[in-house]
Amino acid sequence: MSEQDDNRPKSMTIIVTKGSLDWAYPPFILATTAAAMGVDVTLFFTFYGLPLLKKKLDLQITTLGNPAMAMPMMGTHMVMPNLIGMLPGVDAMASKMMKDMIAKKGVASIEELRDMAIECDVKMIACQMTMDLFEFDKKDMIDGITLGGAATYMENALKSDINLYI
Amino acid sequence: MADQVLDAKGLNCPLPIIKTKKMLKELPVGNTLEVIATDPGSVADFAAFCRTTGNEMVEQSNDGGVFRFVIRRAA
Repeated sequence: MSEQDDNRPKSMTIIVTKGSLDWAYPPFILATTAAAMGVDVTLFFTFYGLPLLKKKLDLQITTLGNPAMAMPMMGTHMVMPNLIGMLPGVDAMASKMMKDMIAKKGVASIEELRDMAIECDVKMIACQMTMDLFEFDKKDMIDGITLGGAATYMENALKSDINLYI
Repeated sequence: MADQVLDAKGLNCPLPIIKTKKMLKELPVGNTLEVIATDPGSVADFAAFCRTTGNEMVEQSNDGGVFRFVIRRAA
């Protein structure tokens, strides 16, 4: 590698495939932190990660099939039995609890982290195929994103120091 | 005395680092920023941030869970 290559900023890409409240955190936390540490960051939003680019977010979690989701409750930790988790309203209640906890503990909301990511020039690519497949409209998405496919991602990934799939 | 102060008390990862970077960017090179945080993870994180970005950790202390970091902006 030439000296010039050594001097270029480090770079990272993340393929963002999940759009629930809990899974939205890792990509946005890593993207904003990396950007703050001088890393060029590209996020590629595909499949269920794509709705994270919508202007209006109302992210939810589900307790179903997640035995590791132990919520602090009444001085202990409780895991929701699947049989109860499947009832109408339980996911909405769990999502509300999670959002309350996030606010109380000084954890940033996904909306805040996304704004910060935009502010520090994190590049966001929306998967064109997913847009077509799930009939998303670009006008419902935030400004400043670009549309692209696997080749667009690969071009970025090939020259990046870190490539993650979340 | 640091040139600027950032009160990051009560904020959790990654907010103290992001806000620090935002303020450092506005400081002239060589000036210092004092960050006050309560996130216990900030001790390891601010050290890593400084090592990676080249900004200098001039001073740090822990007063009963309130962490102070004085960081000098590098070029």
